[in-house]
Amino acid sequence: MKLAEIVEKLDLAVRTAGGRLGREVTAGYASDLMSDVIAHAKPGTLWVTLQIHQNIVAVASMNELAGIVLVNGREPEAETIEKAEAEGLPIMVTPLPTFEVVGRLYSLGIPGIA
Amino acid sequence: MPFTKVQELVYEMKVNEVMTRSVITVDARTPMSQLREVFRDKKISGTPVVQDGKLVGIISLEDFIKWLYGREQNSVIETKMTKEVETLYDDEPLVHAVSKFDRLGFGRFAVIERQTGRLVGVITKGDIIAGVLKKLEIDYHEEEIHRYRASHIFEDIVADRTTLVFEYDVIGQDFDRGGESSSRLKRTLKRLGLDPVTVRRVAIATYEAEMNLIVFTEGGKIVARVEPGRVTMEVDDSGPGIADVEKALQPGYSTAPQWVRDLGFGAGMGLNNIQKCADHMDIVSAPGKGTHLKISILTGDEREAGRDS
Repeated sequence: MKLAEIVEKLDLAVRTAGGRLGREVTAGYASDLMSDVIAHAKPGTLWVTLQIHQNIVAVASMNELAGIVLVNGREPEAETIEKAEAEGLPIMVTPLPTFEVVGRLYSLGIPGIA
Repeated sequence: MPFTKVQELVYEMKVNEVMTRSVITVDARTPMSQLREVFRDKKISGTPVVQDGKLVGIISLEDFIKWLYGREQNSVIETKMTKEVETLYDDEPLVHAVSKFDRLGFGRFAVIERQTGRLVGVITKGDIIAGVLKKLEIDYHEEEIHRYRASHIFEDIVADRTTLVFEYDVIGQDFDRGGESSSRLKRTLKRLGLDPVTVRRVAIATYEAEMNLIVFTEGGKIVARVEPGRVTMEVDDSGPGIADVEKALQPGYSTAPQWVRDLGFGAGMGLNNIQKCADHMDIVSAPGKGTHLKISILTGDEREAGRDS
């Protein structure tokens, strides 16, 4: 499923790289630990987290993730936005908590990392 | 105003590179009524007029329409053509042609060979556009070939052994620049054309090593060596060193302070992640002295070969 479709169905607000929503999301992963994401997320994964500092951009682009969803209404820091724009990495925000976001992604047919 | 590639080409290229060489000409004595066939059959809207092989004028569709509109008797081209022919020399730079088109508003110019004065071609604005585009395409193609070459750099380098060395300095506690060195190394390896799986493994291993330098040390250095078949990273810092290396290698074991954990680091998985990516990993550390970490990652072909054996 294309990232743009997920953005629409979950009513996510796009904060960065709105031009890169054409990417195919192959899986989802939820974690707030950087090394955990690095170890388990695969290219094309949509990452759900509450971390908002700029290192999430480095972790996501290192792993060629499809994008990041920030939960609980948390907004990315200014440096995070700057770096994500530079890397062309989409960051979306939602007022929903992690559990809710993951549940909705799953019911859209986005699989976890088995 | 920046000097664009197109501007550069317009100065570099010559009229004879873009002009149409197969010149259709009409004789000055031809009746105007025959022009219709010439323009229609050749799909042109103007043509040079010659007499005894010499350029004497230029006749355009506009001249033809004027003649039709005037309902005059059939007359010869000579009487209706433009006689003050503006010409260009075949070896002039294109920029002269461009400025002449701008200045005079003509649709075409006859092109004359400078030495002989012979008519050798015709140039239109369309010829210039097509010529410049073609040249851009050729340049782009050469660029592509160049890029292709870069990806086979080791095949082009003539030596018994080749090693490329890249060094990165990492500043301790500088979380804002976390991942910068590893992403620069990643970009470099990509440009060298290493296979994507190797690049990813190197990037992840280097990222974890870089974050360890940032979280725990005053800073340090990452040296990446790229040679045929393998990439080796050596990561060095001057302290504080690891008290118990074996413990540090256990998944989940971490000495990171709480504020670092709050950022999502220090989960005690860094070294494990490096181990997972690496084909060989060596760690030597002494408290108060520093840590030396060596990571070897085999590239695609070597790894395949290793699996078979």
